[in-house]
Amino acid sequence: MMKASSMKRKASALLCGVLFGTGLLVSGLADPAKVIGFLDVSRISNGSWDPSLMVVMTGALAVYMSLFYLVVKPRIGTNQAPVCDVKYHLPEKKTLDSQLIFGAALFGLGWGMVGICPGPAIVNLATLDINLGLFVVAMLFGLYIGKLLKSAQLDLVKVS
Amino acid sequence: MDLSSFAAAFGGGILIGLSAILLMIFNGRIAGISGIVSSAIFSDRKLTDKKFTDKKSSDNTDDETGPSWQWFFITGLVLTGVIYALVYEQLGLPVFEFDSVSRPMLLIGGLLVGLGCSLGRGCTSGHGICGIGRLSLRSIVATCLFIAVAACTAVFTH
Repeated sequence: MMKASSMKRKASALLCGVLFGTGLLVSGLADPAKVIGFLDVSRISNGSWDPSLMVVMTGALAVYMSLFYLVVKPRIGTNQAPVCDVKYHLPEKKTLDSQLIFGAALFGLGWGMVGICPGPAIVNLATLDINLGLFVVAMLFGLYIGKLLKSAQLDLVKVS
Repeated sequence: MDLSSFAAAFGGGILIGLSAILLMIFNGRIAGISGIVSSAIFSDRKLTDKKFTDKKSSDNTDDETGPSWQWFFITGLVLTGVIYALVYEQLGLPVFEFDSVSRPMLLIGGLLVGLGCSLGRGCTSGHGICGIGRLSLRSIVATCLFIAVAACTAVFTH
Protein backbone atom coordinates (compact mmCIF):
# COMPACT_ATOMS: atom_id res chain seq x y z
CA MET A 1 0.00 0.00 0.00
CA MET A 2 2.82 2.38 0.96
CA LYS A 3 4.59 1.32 -2.17
CA ALA A 4 1.57 2.09 -4.38
CA SER A 5 1.09 5.62 -3.02
CA SER A 6 4.80 6.29 -3.45
CA MET A 7 4.50 5.31 -7.11
CA LYS A 8 1.48 7.61 -7.49
CA ARG A 9 3.49 10.48 -5.96
CA LYS A 10 6.29 9.90 -8.43
CA ALA A 11 3.89 9.62 -11.38
CA SER A 12 2.14 12.87 -10.48
CA ALA A 13 5.52 14.59 -9.99
CA LEU A 14 6.53 13.49 -13.49
CA LEU A 15 3.25 14.76 -14.97
CA CYS A 16 3.60 18.08 -13.12
CA GLY A 17 7.18 18.41 -14.38
CA VAL A 18 6.00 17.94 -17.98
CA LEU A 19 3.18 20.50 -17.51
CA PHE A 20 5.54 22.98 -15.85
CA GLY A 21 8.20 22.67 -18.54
CA THR A 22 5.59 23.04 -21.29
CA GLY A 23 4.31 26.18 -19.56
CA LEU A 24 7.83 27.65 -19.39
CA LEU A 25 8.43 26.94 -23.10
CA VAL A 26 5.02 28.18 -24.30
CA SER A 27 5.13 31.35 -22.19
CA GLY A 28 8.57 32.48 -23.39
CA LEU A 29 10.09 32.38 -19.91
CA ALA A 30 12.54 29.72 -21.12
CA ASP A 31 14.09 32.25 -23.55
CA PRO A 32 16.69 34.40 -21.74
CA ALA A 33 16.55 37.08 -24.47
CA LYS A 34 12.81 37.48 -23.86
CA VAL A 35 13.32 37.60 -20.08
CA ILE A 36 15.95 40.34 -20.42
CA GLY A 37 13.62 42.16 -22.84
CA PHE A 38 11.10 42.20 -20.00
CA LEU A 39 13.43 42.95 -17.07
CA ASP A 40 15.27 45.76 -18.87
CA VAL A 41 12.61 48.39 -18.27
CA SER A 42 14.82 51.13 -19.78
CA ARG A 43 13.54 49.82 -23.13
CA ILE A 44 10.23 51.53 -22.39
CA SER A 45 11.82 54.79 -23.54
CA ASN A 46 12.44 53.51 -27.08
CA GLY A 47 9.33 51.37 -27.28
CA SER A 48 11.14 47.99 -27.43
CA TRP A 49 10.13 46.84 -23.94
CA ASP A 50 8.37 43.45 -23.90
CA PRO A 51 5.79 43.41 -21.09
CA SER A 52 4.22 40.07 -22.13
CA LEU A 53 5.97 38.09 -19.36
CA MET A 54 3.91 39.98 -16.78
CA VAL A 55 0.95 38.00 -18.07
CA VAL A 56 2.68 34.68 -17.26
CA MET A 57 2.47 35.43 -13.57
CA THR A 58 -1.11 36.68 -13.92
CA GLY A 59 -2.24 33.43 -15.56
CA ALA A 60 -0.31 31.20 -13.17
CA LEU A 61 -1.53 33.04 -10.07
CA ALA A 62 -5.15 33.06 -11.27
CA VAL A 63 -5.11 29.25 -11.46
CA TYR A 64 -2.97 28.61 -8.36
CA MET A 65 -4.66 31.05 -6.02
CA SER A 66 -8.23 30.13 -6.91
CA LEU A 67 -7.64 26.38 -6.63
CA PHE A 68 -5.57 26.80 -3.46
CA TYR A 69 -8.38 28.62 -1.71
CA LEU A 70 -11.16 26.49 -3.23
CA VAL A 71 -9.58 23.05 -2.81
CA VAL A 72 -6.41 22.96 -0.70
CA LYS A 73 -7.19 25.43 2.11
CA PRO A 74 -10.53 23.79 3.05
CA ARG A 75 -8.83 20.37 3.08
CA ILE A 76 -6.05 21.65 5.36
CA GLY A 77 -8.70 23.26 7.58
CA THR A 78 -10.51 19.95 8.01
CA ASN A 79 -7.27 17.97 8.50
CA GLN A 80 -7.51 16.10 5.22
CA ALA A 81 -4.37 14.86 3.49
CA PRO A 82 -3.33 15.43 -0.13
CA VAL A 83 -4.45 12.76 -2.63
CA CYS A 84 -1.15 10.82 -2.66
CA ASP A 85 0.55 11.76 0.61
CA VAL A 86 -0.15 11.71 4.34
CA LYS A 87 0.20 15.47 4.86
CA TYR A 88 0.71 18.85 3.21
CA HIS A 89 4.32 20.02 3.29
CA LEU A 90 4.04 23.79 3.73
CA PRO A 91 6.86 26.11 4.86
CA GLU A 92 6.93 26.65 8.61
CA LYS A 93 8.54 30.09 8.50
CA LYS A 94 5.97 32.89 8.52
CA THR A 95 7.92 36.03 9.46
CA LEU A 96 10.45 38.05 7.52
CA ASP A 97 14.15 37.66 8.30
CA SER A 98 17.37 39.11 6.98
CA GLN A 99 18.32 35.85 5.26
CA LEU A 100 15.16 36.01 3.11
CA ILE A 101 15.86 39.61 2.12
CA PHE A 102 19.55 38.99 1.43
CA GLY A 103 18.79 35.80 -0.54
CA ALA A 104 16.04 37.40 -2.66
CA ALA A 105 18.34 40.36 -3.46
CA LEU A 106 21.18 38.04 -4.55
CA PHE A 107 18.78 36.01 -6.69
CA GLY A 108 17.49 39.20 -8.34
CA LEU A 109 21.05 40.28 -9.09
CA GLY A 110 21.90 36.98 -10.78
CA TRP A 111 18.58 36.76 -12.65
CA GLY A 112 18.94 40.32 -13.96
CA MET A 113 22.49 39.61 -15.17
CA VAL A 114 21.67 36.55 -17.28
CA GLY A 115 17.87 36.27 -17.55
CA ILE A 116 17.80 32.63 -16.46
CA CYS A 117 16.05 31.41 -13.30
CA PRO A 118 16.16 27.79 -12.03
CA GLY A 119 13.16 26.36 -13.98
CA PRO A 120 14.29 27.53 -17.44
CA ALA A 121 17.87 26.48 -16.58
CA ILE A 122 16.72 22.86 -16.14
CA VAL A 123 14.33 22.86 -19.13
CA ASN A 124 17.11 24.19 -21.36
CA LEU A 125 19.58 21.43 -20.40
CA ALA A 126 18.39 19.59 -23.51
CA THR A 127 19.91 22.29 -25.74
CA LEU A 128 23.32 20.84 -24.70
CA ASP A 129 24.57 24.44 -24.88
CA ILE A 130 27.96 24.83 -23.19
CA ASN A 131 27.13 28.30 -21.81
CA LEU A 132 23.87 27.08 -20.28
CA GLY A 133 25.79 24.12 -18.85
CA LEU A 134 28.26 26.48 -17.17
CA PHE A 135 25.37 28.48 -15.72
CA VAL A 136 23.74 25.32 -14.30
CA VAL A 137 27.00 24.10 -12.73
CA ALA A 138 27.51 27.52 -11.10
CA MET A 139 23.87 27.53 -9.94
CA LEU A 140 24.21 24.07 -8.35
CA PHE A 141 27.41 25.23 -6.64
CA GLY A 142 25.51 28.25 -5.30
CA LEU A 143 22.65 26.06 -4.04
CA TYR A 144 25.19 23.83 -2.28
CA ILE A 145 27.02 26.77 -0.64
CA GLY A 146 23.64 28.10 0.52
CA LYS A 147 22.71 24.74 2.00
CA LEU A 148 26.02 24.60 3.88
CA LEU A 149 25.56 28.16 5.19
CA LYS A 150 22.02 27.40 6.36
CA SER A 151 23.03 24.22 8.21
CA ALA A 152 26.04 26.00 9.77
CA GLN A 153 23.66 28.69 11.02
CA LEU A 154 21.30 26.02 12.37
CA ASP A 155 24.19 24.45 14.30
CA LEU A 156 25.04 27.85 15.78
CA VAL A 157 21.45 28.26 16.97
CA LYS A 158 21.54 24.79 18.55
CA VAL A 159 24.82 25.54 20.34
CA SER A 160 23.76 28.90 21.76
CA MET B 1 4.80 43.19 -28.83
CA ASP B 2 2.08 41.42 -30.77
CA LEU B 3 -1.06 39.95 -29.32
CA SER B 4 0.10 36.35 -29.90
CA SER B 5 3.03 36.70 -27.50
CA PHE B 6 0.59 37.88 -24.83
CA ALA B 7 -1.71 34.93 -25.55
CA ALA B 8 1.26 32.52 -25.38
CA ALA B 9 2.44 34.10 -22.13
CA PHE B 10 -1.04 33.80 -20.61
CA GLY B 11 -1.53 30.20 -21.82
CA GLY B 12 1.93 29.22 -20.59
CA GLY B 13 1.18 30.87 -17.25
CA ILE B 14 -2.03 28.85 -16.91
CA LEU B 15 -0.06 25.63 -17.52
CA ILE B 16 2.56 26.62 -14.93
CA GLY B 17 -0.14 27.46 -12.37
CA LEU B 18 -1.98 24.21 -13.11
CA SER B 19 1.19 22.17 -12.68
CA ALA B 20 2.03 23.90 -9.39
CA ILE B 21 -1.44 23.48 -7.88
CA LEU B 22 -1.70 19.84 -9.02
CA LEU B 23 1.58 19.08 -7.23
CA MET B 24 0.01 20.63 -4.10
CA ILE B 25 -3.33 18.80 -4.48
CA PHE B 26 -1.79 15.40 -5.21
CA ASN B 27 1.52 15.43 -3.33
CA GLY B 28 1.07 18.31 -0.89
CA ARG B 29 4.31 19.83 -2.18
CA ILE B 30 5.43 23.32 -3.21
CA ALA B 31 6.48 23.45 -6.88
CA GLY B 32 9.61 25.49 -6.21
CA ILE B 33 12.21 24.52 -8.77
CA SER B 34 15.26 25.65 -6.77
CA GLY B 35 14.07 23.66 -3.76
CA ILE B 36 13.24 20.59 -5.84
CA VAL B 37 16.65 20.65 -7.57
CA SER B 38 18.48 21.26 -4.30
CA SER B 39 16.77 18.44 -2.42
CA ALA B 40 17.07 16.04 -5.37
CA ILE B 41 20.84 16.51 -5.58
CA PHE B 42 21.89 17.51 -2.07
CA SER B 43 19.33 15.72 0.08
CA ASP B 44 20.63 14.13 3.28
CA ARG B 45 19.07 10.90 2.11
CA LYS B 46 21.79 10.66 -0.49
CA LEU B 47 24.60 11.87 1.72
CA THR B 48 23.97 9.27 4.39
CA ASP B 49 23.83 5.51 4.14
CA LYS B 50 20.38 4.36 3.07
CA LYS B 51 20.18 2.07 6.09
CA PHE B 52 20.21 5.09 8.35
CA THR B 53 17.25 6.82 6.74
CA ASP B 54 15.29 8.49 9.51
CA LYS B 55 12.01 6.64 9.59
CA LYS B 56 10.82 8.50 12.65
CA SER B 57 10.73 11.81 10.81
CA SER B 58 7.11 12.50 9.96
CA ASP B 59 8.27 14.64 7.07
CA ASN B 60 9.93 11.73 5.40
CA THR B 61 7.17 10.18 3.31
CA ASP B 62 9.46 9.34 0.43
CA ASP B 63 9.85 5.79 -0.62
CA GLU B 64 13.15 4.47 0.65
CA THR B 65 13.90 2.75 -2.63
CA GLY B 66 14.68 4.36 -5.97
CA PRO B 67 14.99 8.03 -6.88
CA SER B 68 12.96 10.59 -4.93
CA TRP B 69 9.84 12.29 -6.37
CA GLN B 70 11.99 15.36 -7.02
CA TRP B 71 13.94 13.43 -9.66
CA PHE B 72 10.68 12.54 -11.41
CA PHE B 73 9.63 16.23 -11.54
CA ILE B 74 13.07 17.16 -12.93
CA THR B 75 12.79 14.36 -15.51
CA GLY B 76 9.47 15.83 -16.64
CA LEU B 77 11.05 19.29 -17.02
CA VAL B 78 14.03 17.95 -18.98
CA LEU B 79 11.70 15.85 -21.15
CA THR B 80 9.83 18.95 -22.38
CA GLY B 81 13.18 20.52 -23.29
CA VAL B 82 14.14 17.39 -25.23
CA ILE B 83 10.84 17.45 -27.14
CA TYR B 84 11.33 21.15 -27.89
CA ALA B 85 14.86 20.47 -29.17
CA LEU B 86 13.47 17.77 -31.47
CA VAL B 87 10.60 19.75 -32.98
CA TYR B 88 11.54 23.45 -32.96
CA GLU B 89 12.99 23.39 -36.47
CA GLN B 90 9.94 21.79 -38.09
CA LEU B 91 7.56 24.08 -36.21
CA GLY B 92 9.60 27.22 -36.79
CA LEU B 93 9.97 27.92 -33.07
CA PRO B 94 12.73 30.21 -31.78
CA VAL B 95 16.21 28.98 -30.84
CA PHE B 96 17.34 30.16 -27.42
CA GLU B 97 20.78 31.80 -27.23
CA PHE B 98 22.87 31.76 -24.08
CA ASP B 99 25.82 33.79 -25.35
CA SER B 100 24.43 37.29 -24.87
CA VAL B 101 26.53 37.65 -21.72
CA SER B 102 30.20 36.77 -21.20
CA ARG B 103 31.18 33.50 -19.52
CA PRO B 104 32.42 35.11 -16.30
CA MET B 105 29.04 36.89 -16.08
CA LEU B 106 27.23 33.58 -16.68
CA LEU B 107 29.22 31.92 -13.90
CA ILE B 108 28.73 34.77 -11.43
CA GLY B 109 25.06 35.00 -12.39
CA GLY B 110 24.57 31.26 -11.89
CA LEU B 111 26.31 31.34 -8.53
CA LEU B 112 24.16 34.27 -7.38
CA VAL B 113 20.95 32.59 -8.59
CA GLY B 114 21.80 29.38 -6.72
CA LEU B 115 23.02 31.03 -3.53
CA GLY B 116 20.18 33.57 -3.53
CA CYS B 117 17.46 30.95 -4.04
CA SER B 118 18.94 28.79 -1.30
CA LEU B 119 19.26 31.56 1.30
CA GLY B 120 15.98 33.18 0.23
CA ARG B 121 14.34 29.75 0.28
CA GLY B 122 12.68 30.05 -3.12
CA CYS B 123 12.80 31.31 -6.67
CA THR B 124 10.35 32.63 -9.26
CA SER B 125 8.15 29.54 -8.93
CA GLY B 126 8.32 28.82 -5.19
CA HIS B 127 7.87 32.43 -4.05
CA GLY B 128 6.38 34.08 -7.16
CA ILE B 129 3.62 31.56 -7.79
CA CYS B 130 3.16 29.08 -4.93
CA GLY B 131 4.00 31.58 -2.19
CA ILE B 132 2.03 34.56 -3.51
CA GLY B 133 -0.75 32.10 -4.41
CA ARG B 134 -1.05 31.31 -0.69
CA LEU B 135 -0.73 35.03 0.16
CA SER B 136 2.47 34.36 2.11
CA LEU B 137 4.00 37.60 3.40
CA ARG B 138 7.53 36.22 3.02
CA SER B 139 6.91 35.32 -0.62
CA ILE B 140 5.24 38.64 -1.48
CA VAL B 141 8.20 40.57 -0.06
CA ALA B 142 10.79 38.25 -1.65
CA THR B 143 9.12 38.39 -5.09
CA CYS B 144 8.78 42.20 -5.12
CA LEU B 145 12.42 42.47 -4.07
CA PHE B 146 13.93 40.03 -6.56
CA ILE B 147 11.93 41.42 -9.49
CA ALA B 148 12.94 44.99 -8.57
CA VAL B 149 16.62 44.04 -8.17
CA ALA B 150 16.55 41.99 -11.39
CA ALA B 151 15.01 44.90 -13.33
CA CYS B 152 17.63 47.36 -12.02
CA THR B 153 20.43 44.90 -12.78
CA ALA B 154 19.12 44.24 -16.30
CA VAL B 155 18.96 47.97 -16.99
CA PHE B 156 22.60 48.44 -15.98
CA THR B 157 24.07 45.30 -17.56
CA HIS B 158 22.17 45.18 -20.89
